[in-house]
Amino acid sequence: MEDMPDRDEIERALRSHDADYVEVRLDDTATNRIVYRGRELEEIGRIRSFGGNVRALVRGGWGFVSFNEPAELRKRVEEAISAAHHVGRETSMLAEVPPVVDSVRLKVKKDPRAIPLATKKEMLDRYNERMLSVEGVTSTNIMYSDSHKQVVFASSEGSYIEQERIDVVSRLSATARKNGDVQQASMSLGALNDFSYIEALDEIARHLGERAVELLSAPYVKAGTYPVVLDPILAGVFCHEAFGHLSESDFVYENERMKEIMVLGRQFGQPHLNIVDGAAVPGLRGSFRYDDEGVPAQETDLIREGILVGRLHSRETAGKMGERVTGNARAIDYRFPPIVRMTNTYIEPGNMSFEELIADIDEGVYARNWFGGTTSMEMFTFSAGEAYMIRNGKVAELLRPVKLTGNLFTTLMNIDALGNDMDFNQGGGCGKGGQMPLPVSNGSPHIRIQDVVVGER
Amino acid sequence: MSRWAGDWCDQEVSLTDAEPILAAARRLGAQQAEVFAVETNETPVRFEANRLKEINSRQTSGAALRVIVHGRIGFASSTKPGDVEQLVTAAVETAPFGPEARLDFPLNTEAPAVEVFDEAVESLPVDEMVEAGQSLIDAIRAIEPELLCDAYIRRGDSRVTIANTNGGMFTYRGTGYSAWVNGTLIRGTDMLFVGDGDASCRAQLDLGAVEASVVSQLENSRQTAEARTGELPVIFTPLGVASALIGPLTIAFSGRMVHQAQSPLVGCLGKEMYDVRVSVWDDATLRYRPGSRPFDDEGVASRRNALIEKGTVRSFLYDLQTAGLAKAESTGSAERSLAAQPSISTTSLVIDDGEMQFEKMVRSVREGLVVEELMGAGQGNVMGGDFSGNVLLGYKIEGGEITGRVKDTMVAGNVHETLKRLVAIGSESRWVGGSVRTPALFFESLTVSAK
Repeated sequence: MEDMPDRDEIERALRSHDADYVEVRLDDTATNRIVYRGRELEEIGRIRSFGGNVRALVRGGWGFVSFNEPAELRKRVEEAISAAHHVGRETSMLAEVPPVVDSVRLKVKKDPRAIPLATKKEMLDRYNERMLSVEGVTSTNIMYSDSHKQVVFASSEGSYIEQERIDVVSRLSATARKNGDVQQASMSLGALNDFSYIEALDEIARHLGERAVELLSAPYVKAGTYPVVLDPILAGVFCHEAFGHLSESDFVYENERMKEIMVLGRQFGQPHLNIVDGAAVPGLRGSFRYDDEGVPAQETDLIREGILVGRLHSRETAGKMGERVTGNARAIDYRFPPIVRMTNTYIEPGNMSFEELIADIDEGVYARNWFGGTTSMEMFTFSAGEAYMIRNGKVAELLRPVKLTGNLFTTLMNIDALGNDMDFNQGGGCGKGGQMPLPVSNGSPHIRIQDVVVGER
Repeated sequence: MSRWAGDWCDQEVSLTDAEPILAAARRLGAQQAEVFAVETNETPVRFEANRLKEINSRQTSGAALRVIVHGRIGFASSTKPGDVEQLVTAAVETAPFGPEARLDFPLNTEAPAVEVFDEAVESLPVDEMVEAGQSLIDAIRAIEPELLCDAYIRRGDSRVTIANTNGGMFTYRGTGYSAWVNGTLIRGTDMLFVGDGDASCRAQLDLGAVEASVVSQLENSRQTAEARTGELPVIFTPLGVASALIGPLTIAFSGRMVHQAQSPLVGCLGKEMYDVRVSVWDDATLRYRPGSRPFDDEGVASRRNALIEKGTVRSFLYDLQTAGLAKAESTGSAERSLAAQPSISTTSLVIDDGEMQFEKMVRSVREGLVVEELMGAGQGNVMGGDFSGNVLLGYKIEGGEITGRVKDTMVAGNVHETLKRLVAIGSESRWVGGSVRTPALFFESLTVSAK
C-alpha cells in the first residue's frame, strides 16, 4: 500500500516489548458513492479512508490506539502497550494459532474500478426511471457504492498478511404517497468482487415501483399469532438475528449463566435443523481468507440436527473457553478492534417444495424480503419487505409491511418444515458494538415457523 | 493529475489546512469550493462483565472537499495525511456527474456564542474515567449482585473547521464526556436488560440519576406479567419516547423528505396536526449539550427551530442545498461526517413538558403498558411515521399499578396519528442519550400483540 509503513518497518515496530501480544493493522479503502433522491442526483463522490491501529494485550487487558498518521509506528505500539498495562490484572489467554505469512490478491469477476463513473450513473439513471415511470410513485431513493479495501495485518507472533477486497452495494427504494399515507418498497443487493451482480436490476426496479403503489391500498395484518412461511432472503435474516448473534462467544465467555444456556449439546431445534457459519464459503459478502486476527477462515457447524455443536470465536474467547478458533474476529475498519462477528450464516435446505410448505396452512403469513432485524439475544424482531396472507393453503392478498418477533428458545424449535431451495441475502450490513455496516451474508431455504407473533406495522 | 503538479511545492500540506486545498481547487477550475475539516481525539474506556477490559485512544483527522464546477457539485474526502492532490482531483472529476448546485457557500456571519468546550474534559485523567465506570457498576450491583454489567466511559475533543472560497471561515472546538452502563440479568432462559447513561460537553455527569434510573428498571422488573393482544393505553417513558417515537417523528420534518414528497407532512405547514399540548423544538444553542454548536457543518449560524408549536407544524429543517431546491432558507441543520455530503439532522430535540406526573399516569390506567425500550422500532415504514417493536423493556399496569415486566409483546402505531390522541404529557422531562429531552407520553390506545 502506498505511503503505509512497509513490512520491515512494521516488524521493527513490533520487536522487543513487554506485552503478551501486539498486532498492527493498516487499512486503505477507496469508495465511490452515488445517491439519488427522486429525480435528483443528490450526491456523487469519492471517499478515501486511510489509517491504522495497534492493539496490545497485557495480563488479559487490552490497549488499542488508532490513527490516520502512520508515521512513528513504534510510538503507537508503546502507547497501546502502556494502555494495556493500565488495564491488565489477570492472565492473557489467546488460543494458539500458527503465524501466517501470506498475500491474498483480488480475484475480480467484473471490476467496478474499471467502469467509468458515467456508465455507473447511466445504469442508476435507468433504474431510477424504471421506478419513477410507474404511475403513483412519488419519489425514489438509490444508494450505490463500491469500495476497494486493502488491509495489512502483522502480529508480534510473526504473522504478516496482506488482503484486499471490493464490496459493491446497491439499494433501491420506491415511495408512493396518497393523502397522508406514505408507503415504501425497497431492495438491497450486494456482491463481493463483482460489479455484474447489480447490472441487471431493471425488472426489480419496476417491481419495486409497482409494489409501493399497491401497498397504499393493502390492508394491515390483524395483529396476532400465525404460522409463517419465510422466503430464503428473510429466513436468512431470521437465522442471523434469531440465532447467529447468540453463537458469538463474546456474549458468552465471561458470563456463567449464558454458558449454561448456550451449553454445547443443548437442543435448539428439531432434528432437520442445521445452521452453519463460515467465511471459507467462497464468493459471498462475508467471505475472506483470514480474519482480522490472522486466523484462517473456516466453516463452523453451529447447529447440527437441532443440537448446538459450535460457536463463533476470536482468539481470546476461544482461549478462555478452551475451544478451537473459528476465524470470526472482524473489525469494520482501522478505527475499531476486532470483535466476534458472523460471516456467511445459513440454514441448510430440506426437502419440501414451496407448495407443500403452505398446503396445510388455513390462515398464515407469507413474508418475503427484508427491511431490517435486531436482537436482544433472547428476543428478536425482523421485518419483511413484502407480506401476504396465506389462506386455505394458497398465497392470498398483499399486506402492508409486517414485523415478526420471536423468542430464541421457542421459535427455533417451532421451525417445522424446510424448503428444498436455497438463496443468499448479500445486501445487508451487520451492526454490533458501534461497528456498522460489516459485510455479511445470510442464507436459507424457504422455512415454515409455527406460532410467530406478527405485529401490524 | 499532472496538469497542476508544477504549481505544487514539494512539502506536505496538511488536510486540515484549508487554504492550500481551496487554492488548488480553484486552479483546477472550481468556481466555488468548501473544505470541511475535523480533528478528533477520543478516549473510550470499556468495562466488560463488571471489569475494566480495554482502554482505547482514537485520533482522527481528515477533510472533505465540495467543489462547484460549471454549476455542478463534486465531492471527495480523505483521511490520508497529505493527500491533497488526490482529494482535489477526485472532487473536480466527480463534478460533471454531480447534482446541480442550488447553493452558495456562506460568507462569515454572526453566530451565537454557544458553549460547547470544557478544558476539564481535555485534561480528564483516564483513572478518573475508570473510577467513574467502576463506581457506577458497583452501585448498581449493590442492588442486584447477579447483574453482569458492561460500561462505556468516553471523553473526546474535536476541532471543526469549515472554509470556503467566498471568504467564509468557521472554526470551533468542542468537548464531550459520556457514560453508559448496561446490565444483563439471566435467570434460566429469561434475560433482562437494563441500562441508561448521560452525556455532556462538560466533565460533569449526573451518574446518580443514571444509577437511580437503572435501579428503578430493576425494581419494576422483579416480577413478570402477561400482556394480552388488543388495543390498550400505553405510557412511553422518556427512554421509550427516544427509542421508538423520535426517529419516525423527526424524519417527517426533514426538508429533503418534504421537498421529495416523501414526508406525510407535505402541505401541513401552519396546520394543526397534533394535540395542542404538543410543542417540539430543535435547538443547537443550548449550553454544553452534545448536540450544540455555534454553526452547522456548512457554517450556517445555529438557532432554535420550532418544529411543532401547540400542535401546529411550524417549520421543516433545511441544509443549504435542500433550501435552494425548495426555495426555503437553511435552518442550520446540516450535519456531516467525512464519508458523505451534508445531510439534514436535528441537533438537540426538546419536547415541552406537560402537566401530569408519571405516577399519576400509571394510577389512572386499569389495564395497559409502560414502554421503556422498543426493540426494532427503527425498522418498517419509518418514513410514513410507523413505529413498532418488541417490548425489550416494559411493564404491565393492572389496576393503576405496575405489576411486572412484559415479554414477547409488540406495540405498534403511527406517530402522526397517536400524537393526536394523547391522554397526557408528563411533567418530568429528562435528557436521553445526550440529544433528546422529553417527558413521558401517555397514549389513549395502541395496538398490542402478545403470545
